[in-house]
Amino acid sequence: MLEIRNLHVAVDGNEILKGVDLKVGAGEVHSLMGPNGSGKSTLAQVLAGRETYEVTDGEVLFNGKDLLDLSPDERACEGVFMAFQYPVEIPGVTTNYFLRAALNAIRKYRGEDELDAFDFIEFVKEKARVVAIDNSLLQRAVNDGFSGGEKKRNEIFQMAVLEPKLAILDETDSGLDIDALKIVAEGVNKLRAPDRAIILITHYQRLLNYIVPDAVHVLVDGRIAKSGGKELALELETDGYTKIAGQRAAVETEKV
Amino acid sequence: MSNMTSATSPIDQWEKEEYKYGFVTDIETDTLPPGLSEDVIRVISGKKQEPQWLLDWRLKAYRHWQTMTEPTWANIKYPPIDFQKIIYYSAPKLDKDRPKSLDEVDPKLLETYEKLGIPLEERAVLAGVAVDAVFDSISVATTFKEKLGELGIIFCSFSEAARDHSELVKKYLGSVVPYSDNFYATLNSAVFTDGSFVYIPKGVRCPMELSTYFRINAMSTGQFERTLIIADEASQVSYLEGCTAPMRDENQLHAAVVELIALDDASIKYSTIQNWYPGDKDGKGGIYNFVTKRGKCLGRRSHISWTQVETGSAITWKYPSCILQGDDSVGEFYSVALTNNYQQADTGTKMIHIGKNTKSTIISKGISAGHGQNTYRGGVKINKGADNARNYTQCDSMLIGDQCGAHTFPYIEVKNATAKMEHEATTSKIGEDQLFYCNQRGIGMEDAINMIVNGFCKEVFRELPMEFAVEAQKLLEVSLEGSVG
Repeated sequence: MLEIRNLHVAVDGNEILKGVDLKVGAGEVHSLMGPNGSGKSTLAQVLAGRETYEVTDGEVLFNGKDLLDLSPDERACEGVFMAFQYPVEIPGVTTNYFLRAALNAIRKYRGEDELDAFDFIEFVKEKARVVAIDNSLLQRAVNDGFSGGEKKRNEIFQMAVLEPKLAILDETDSGLDIDALKIVAEGVNKLRAPDRAIILITHYQRLLNYIVPDAVHVLVDGRIAKSGGKELALELETDGYTKIAGQRAAVETEKV
Repeated sequence: MSNMTSATSPIDQWEKEEYKYGFVTDIETDTLPPGLSEDVIRVISGKKQEPQWLLDWRLKAYRHWQTMTEPTWANIKYPPIDFQKIIYYSAPKLDKDRPKSLDEVDPKLLETYEKLGIPLEERAVLAGVAVDAVFDSISVATTFKEKLGELGIIFCSFSEAARDHSELVKKYLGSVVPYSDNFYATLNSAVFTDGSFVYIPKGVRCPMELSTYFRINAMSTGQFERTLIIADEASQVSYLEGCTAPMRDENQLHAAVVELIALDDASIKYSTIQNWYPGDKDGKGGIYNFVTKRGKCLGRRSHISWTQVETGSAITWKYPSCILQGDDSVGEFYSVALTNNYQQADTGTKMIHIGKNTKSTIISKGISAGHGQNTYRGGVKINKGADNARNYTQCDSMLIGDQCGAHTFPYIEVKNATAKMEHEATTSKIGEDQLFYCNQRGIGMEDAINMIVNGFCKEVFRELPMEFAVEAQKLLEVSLEGSVG
C-alpha cells in the first residue's frame, strides 16, 4: 500500500531524513519509534504534505500513485489520514460542520454522493460510539477548549469518521494518562481493518502493550536503523536507543 | 432575500415625481450642474416640496459646513475630494442610457450575482438594466405597506415623511446627529436627497423585518442618504439596510446619516450589509463610504443594537454609536469588517453612557487580506452620573497573507468609579496550522479559508436575522476569493 524509497527531506537546508525506506502493506500496523529529533514527526508531516518540508530525493508510492505529487487535500481524499500530535483549534466551527465538510469533500473526490445533515448525524453517532465520545462534542467548536486527552480522542474519532486507507498517528499517546491511553488504543484497535494500514509514531513502548504492531522500526538520525517484530519494542524499552544508534554507526563505518 | 432602504423604486419614483409636480420635462435638463451653493440646496428642497423649516435647517447646515475642514484623524488615505465637482441633484437615468439587457452588463458582475444566488429578475435591476416598471416585488411591497399602515407604522421615503409627517420629522431630525456634528454629516444635512423614515407607535411590535423585501428599490439609494427611525414607547423594530449584491453606481462619494431614537422600553435592531464597489484588484475606483450612524436610547430600558457586515467600498469610515441616555438602557455593536485587495476600513463604535445602570457590548471582527488595511476605532465613555455602567468590548483581528494590516484604537474614558469595564483584543494570522489541518482532512484551500473566517465571525453572524446571516456568509466567501494562493 505504502512504499517509501530512499526519502531525503530537508528543512531550511538542514537534512532531516537521510534516505528512508519503508514498506507498509494493507491491514498492517507498523510502529515507528526513535529518539527525539530522529525525524519521526517529519516523516509523518511529509507524508501528509506539509509544505515547510522539502523533499530533496526519493519517492513515495501510495497504492501505485506518486504521493508527493498530490496536494495535502488530494492525499486526504486518496485516503491518507494523520492524527496530529498537536491538534489545532478552529474557533466558531463546530466539529459536526467540520467533519461533514471533510467527509463530503472526500466523498465528492471519490464520485460518491454527499451526505446531507441528517444522514451525516446518523452516520457520525455510530462512529462516536466506537471511540466512546460524547455526542455533545459534535456541537463544540473543533478542539476549542478541549483538554489534551479530548483532543487526542477527537483525532481518533475523526479517523473513524473519515475511514482512511492509511492512518499515521503522530504521538497520539503523548500527554495521555493511562485511562485515556486505553480508550484511544481501544479505538485504534477497533479501526484495524484488512484494507487499512496504520503507522504508529511513538516514543514509548507503553502504547504497544495495547496496540500490538506487526512490525517495529527504529528511526535514528534520519534513517531506519533497525526493523523487527513487536519484540523489538521491548528490547528498546530495556536497552534504550543508544545501543541501536551505536550499531547503526558501526554499520556506517563498515560501509566506508 | 436581502433588503433595501427605501420604499419606492427609482422608476416608480420618477413616475411619481412627474405626476406630482405636474410637468413633464426633459429629464436631461433636470440634472443640476456640478457644484454646491445655497441655490442648489434651494432647488433640491423645492423639488421635494419640503416645508420651510427643513430648507432653513439645510441652509444652516450648509453655512456651518463652509466653516469646517475635512477630518484627517482616520487611518485612511485617499486623494482630496473636490466637492464642487460633485453633482448634488440628478434625476434618475433615462431608460435609453441604461444597458438594454443583461447581455450588455459586465459578465464579472453577473458572475458575482450568480454566486450570491440572486434571483434573475433582481439581477437586471441591480445591474441598472432598463426594465418594466411592473414588478412583482413592488406590488408585494405595496401590500406590506398597507399591512404596516393598519398597525399605525409609518414606513416611507424621507421626502414623503418631510411632507406628510412634518411634525415628527421636525421633532427628531438632528436630535441624535446634529447638523453641526461632523464634516460629512453636516454636508449630508445640507444636501441629502432621500432616504427612509420609520415610526413605530407605542406598544407596537413591527411584525416583519423592515425592508427585507425591498432589495429591488436599492437603485434609489442616493449618494447622500438620510434615515430616521423612531421607536415609540414599548415598541420593537428590526431594520435591514444594504444588499449583498455589488451595486452599479457612478457616485464615488457616499455620505449617509442614520439616526435612531428609542423611547422607554423600545427596542431597535439595525442590521447592515454593505457591499459597495470596492475598486478593482489594483485599488482603482471604488466607493468612499463616509457614514454617520448613531442611535439614542432616550427612554428607560430602551435598547439599540447595531450589526454590520462591511465588505465593500474602497474606503469605509463608519462608527455606528449609541448614546445611552435613559436609565437601564442597553447598546450593542456587532461588526464584521473585511478588507481585501487595496480596501481600507476605519470602523468601530462609540458607546456614551449617561444614564444609570446602562450596559454596552462591542464585538468587532476585522479581517484583512491582500493589501487591505483594517482599523478598529472604538470609544467608550462613562459620564459622571452613569452609576453602575458596564461595558464589554472584544475586538479581534485576523490577517490573511502578509501584505495587509490590522490596527486597533480603543479609547476609554471613565468618570464614574462604579463602572465596570472589560476589554479583550486579539490579533491572529490565519494559521498555516489551521489551514493544513483542514487540508489534511480533505478540505480544499478556499473552503478551508471560508470555514475558518466564518467561524471567526460567528459571534456577529448570529446577531443577524436568519436569511441575512446566510447571505453574509456567502458574501464573505465571494469577497475572499483569490485572497490566498
